Amino acid sequence: MATEHHNTEHPSSLKYVVIALILSVVTAIEVAVVYIEALSALLLPILLILSVGKFIVVVGYYMHLKFDNKLFTILFGSGLILAIYVLCALMLLFGVFI
Amino acid sequence: MAANSGSLPKFLERPTSYTTGVWGWITTVDHKRIGIMYGFTAIFFFLLGGLEAIVIRSQLAFAGNEIVSPDIYNQLFTMHALTMIFLAIMPLAVTFFNLIVPLQIGARDVAFPRLNALSYWIYLSGGLLLNAGWILGGAADSGWFAYAPLTLDQYGSGGRGMDFYSLGLLVLGISSVAGGLNFLVTIINMRAPGMTLMRMPVFTWMAFITSILLVTAMPVITIALIELALDRILGTQFFAPGAGGDPLLWQHLFWVFGHPEVYILILPAMGIVSEVLPTFSKKPLFGYPFIIFSGIFIGFMGWAVWSHHMFTVGMGPVANATFAITTMLIAVPTGVKIFNWIGTMWGGSVDFKTPMLFSIGFVFLFIIGGLSGVSHAAPPSDYQQQDTYYIVAHLHYVLFGGAIFGIFSGIYYWWPKFSGTLLNENLGVVHFALLFIGMNMSFGPMHWLGMDGMPRRIYTYGAEYGWEFWNTVSTVGSYMIALGTIVFIVNVFYTMRQERRTDLADPWDGRTLEWSIPSPVPEYNFKEIPIVNGLDSFWDTKYSTDKDGYMTPIPQGASDEHTEDEEVDIHMPGLSYFPFITGIGLSVSGFGFAIYSQFNVVGLTIAIVGILATFFGAYGWCFEPADPEDHH
Amino acid sequence: MTTHETAGHTTTTGLDNRKVMMWAFIGSDCLFFASLVSTYLLYRGKSVVGPYPYEVFNIPYTSVSAFVLLMSSLTMVLALSAIQRGDHTRLRIWLLATSILGCIFLGGQYFEFTVFVEQGVTLQGNLFGSSFFTLTSFHGLHVTFGVVILMSFFIMSLRGRLSQEQSLNIELAGLYWHFVDIVWIVIFTVVYLIEAPNIVH
Repeated sequence: MATEHHNTEHPSSLKYVVIALILSVVTAIEVAVVYIEALSALLLPILLILSVGKFIVVVGYYMHLKFDNKLFTILFGSGLILAIYVLCALMLLFGVFI
Repeated sequence: MAANSGSLPKFLERPTSYTTGVWGWITTVDHKRIGIMYGFTAIFFFLLGGLEAIVIRSQLAFAGNEIVSPDIYNQLFTMHALTMIFLAIMPLAVTFFNLIVPLQIGARDVAFPRLNALSYWIYLSGGLLLNAGWILGGAADSGWFAYAPLTLDQYGSGGRGMDFYSLGLLVLGISSVAGGLNFLVTIINMRAPGMTLMRMPVFTWMAFITSILLVTAMPVITIALIELALDRILGTQFFAPGAGGDPLLWQHLFWVFGHPEVYILILPAMGIVSEVLPTFSKKPLFGYPFIIFSGIFIGFMGWAVWSHHMFTVGMGPVANATFAITTMLIAVPTGVKIFNWIGTMWGGSVDFKTPMLFSIGFVFLFIIGGLSGVSHAAPPSDYQQQDTYYIVAHLHYVLFGGAIFGIFSGIYYWWPKFSGTLLNENLGVVHFALLFIGMNMSFGPMHWLGMDGMPRRIYTYGAEYGWEFWNTVSTVGSYMIALGTIVFIVNVFYTMRQERRTDLADPWDGRTLEWSIPSPVPEYNFKEIPIVNGLDSFWDTKYSTDKDGYMTPIPQGASDEHTEDEEVDIHMPGLSYFPFITGIGLSVSGFGFAIYSQFNVVGLTIAIVGILATFFGAYGWCFEPADPEDHH
Repeated sequence: MTTHETAGHTTTTGLDNRKVMMWAFIGSDCLFFASLVSTYLLYRGKSVVGPYPYEVFNIPYTSVSAFVLLMSSLTMVLALSAIQRGDHTRLRIWLLATSILGCIFLGGQYFEFTVFVEQGVTLQGNLFGSSFFTLTSFHGLHVTFGVVILMSFFIMSLRGRLSQEQSLNIELAGLYWHFVDIVWIVIFTVVYLIEAPNIVH
C-alpha cells in the first residue's frame, strides 16, 4: 500500500541543503544586525521580518505545507493567527509596545 | 503507529476475551461504551455538585446561619462551580459527542478510538484528583476562577486545596484537548459519502465548533495553571505582588480561556435543542444555514470578549469600550438562533413530550439569561452587577436553564437509541416541572438580590440587609430542583430494569441518521455505510412530498433491521488496556505533584511512579498490534 | 467529494487521520507557546530586582544553539526523504544525527542555564527568572520528547520494524520536530535578540 503524496513537487535533498544554508545565513544576518549601531532604531522591524521569513521557509518547505492540502494550512494557520492575536491583544492591554 | 508483527511480549497482546464485565469496560474503545461511561460518571458528579449547592443554599436560607464555617463555605462554592463546569456539563456534552456524532455522520467509530478511551480515563481519575482535597486537608477554596494572589500559598487559607485545583485541572485539560482533537479529525475526515459540511446535523456542527474551541482555548489556561502551580510549589514569582507579579496576568490568561469555555458549555446544548425542536414540531429546522453560521460566529467572537469579566479592574475606557462593543455584538448570533428556533416551532405540529419540554424550556430560560448577560455588557451597569448575585442569576439561567436543560432534553431524546427502552414520560414531565419551577424560584430572586447589593461568595449576611426573605425562597427553589433530580434518578433506575424492546429504532420519527439504525445500536453502528444525498437524508427516505406539496410516507420495503442471529462480518478496533494505564498514570503523577510541597519525598515518588506508568502506557499503546482492518 | 485509500480505510478528505491530527495539535501548541511568550513579554522590564536579561544573555553563544536546531531540521527532512525512498541506512543516519543535534541543543541550554544561575538568575529570583526559565524549559521539554521519539524510531528501524510504507510516522515526527524548531526561532528573536540594544551598545 503506497503512502499517498498529493504533491507533485518534492524538493530534492540538494534543495533542502540550500534552504538550510539560507536559514543559517539569515540567522547570521540577524545576529550581525544587532551589532550595527546605525540600524538600532530599525532593529525590531528587521528582526521580525527576518524571523518571520525563516518561520515561513521552515513551515512551507521543511514541513511541506506549501505543497500539501490546504486543510493543513487552515488547521495550522488558525492556531497561529489566534496565538498571534492573543499575544498582541495582551500586549496592548498591558501597554507593552515592545 | 504500527510495529511489524513479530513475537510480542505477552503483555502487549490485545485483550480479546472481554466484551462483558468490568474488564470489558476498562479495555473498551467503543465510542458508545465510552459515551455511556462518560454519562454515568458525569451524572454522579452532577449529583455531587448538586449536593454542594444544597448545602450552600441551606446555609444562605437564613441570616446569620451557621450550618457551615466560612472556610468550608469557600470550599463549597469553589468546588460546586468546578464540579458542575468541568465534571458535569462538559463531560455530559462529551457524552453526546461520543454517542451521537459518529452515528450522525455515518461512521463506525471516532478517528482515534484508544485516544477516546484515554480521554475518559483521564476524566474519571482527574475528577477524583480535583476532589481529593475534600478528604486530604481541604478542597480548593479560592473560587473557581482562582484569582491570584489569593491563590498563592502565603495568602490563602494555607491548605493544599489549590494544588489539587491546579494539578486537577491540568490533568483534566489533557482529557479535553485529546477529545477535542479526536472529534475535530472525526468530523473532518470520517463522514459518510455525500455528507458535505452543510449536510451535517446541527448537533455535529456544534460539536465541531466546540472541538475547535477546546483545542485552542485549553492551552491558555494550561499555562495559567502551570504558572500558578509553579508559584505555589516551586516558589516562582508569576503572581507574587512583591516581585512585581501582576494579578491581571492571571485574570487575562484565565478569561482568554474562560470565555471560549462558556461557549464550549453552551454550544452542545444548543445543538441538542436544534435537533429536538424540529423532530417534535414535525418541521425542518428553520434557517439551518443561519444557525450554523451563527454558531461559527459565536465561536469566533468568543475570542474577542473575554475582558467583559474584568470591566471593574481598571483597564481604562478604551479597553472597556472595545470589549463592551464586542460583547454586545456576540448577542446577535444568539438572537438569530433564538428566532430560528421559534420559527421552527411556529406552524409546526408540536408534540410536548419530555425532550421537547426541556428544549422549549431551554429557549425560554436562555432568553432570560441572555438578557441579563446583555445588561452586563455595558460597563457602567456591570460596575453595579459585578460580584453580586445578579451575576449568579445570569450564569445559572444560561448554564442551568440553558446547558442543563439542553442536556436533559438530549438524555430523554436519545435514551431509547442506546438502551432499547424509553424513560417514563410521566416522571419526565414531573422532572421537568420541578426543575422549571424550582430553578426560576431559586435563581429568579437572585436578580434583585444582586441589584439590592448582595455580594457573591459571602457565607452569611446580616438580617438588617433585608435579603432573608428572597434567600429563603431561593433555597426552597433549590430543594425543588433537588426533588426533581431525584425523580429523574428514580426514572433512570426504573427504566434500566425494564426489558429491552426491539421497536425503538425511531420512536420520535427523527430526521437524522442515528434513527436509521436499530436500538440499541449494534457494535459496528451501520451494517452498510449510508450514502447521503442531502440534509436530513434519513427523513427523505421516510417521506416524500406529493404533487400537492403534502408530506406522504414512503412505503418501507424489506426491513433494514436484521435479527439478532444474523452474523455480520465487520471488524471493529480491538480492545486495549493502555489508555486506562496511561490515563490513570497521568492523574497519579498529578496527585504526586499536588502533595509535593507538603510531602516532598512521598509526593515526588508518587509523581515519578505516575510518569513511568504514563510512559509505559504510551509505549504499550504504540507497540501493540494495529487494529484489524475493516472489511465490509 | 473525492475519497482516497489510505491505511486501509477511506477518509472524507483523502488525508490520513493522523496527519490531520498532528497539524491540529501543532495549531493548538501555538497557543500554548503564545501564552508562555506573552507572560515573558508582559513581564519584560518589570522585574523589581535583577539580574536583568541584558546582564546575562550571551547572544553569540545562543546563536550557535539556534544554528544547531536549524541544522537538525535539515537532518530531519533528509531522514524523511530517505525513508520515502526506501533508503533505511540513510534514514538511520539522519535520525541519529537529528537526535544528536537535539541533544547538543539541550546540552547547550543546560550549560547556559547553569551560567545564568551562577550569575544569580533563578527560577524564584525575579519575574525574568521565572518567565524565562519556564518558557525555555517547556521548549526544552518538547525537544526532549522529540529526541525520545526519534531515538525510538531509530531503534525500531535498526530492528527492521520501520518499513517504507510506514514513512508517515517519520513525517509526523518531522512535523513535530520542525514545529519545535520554529518555536525556537520565535524565542531566539523575542527573548534574546531584542535585548541586544542593551547588551551591545
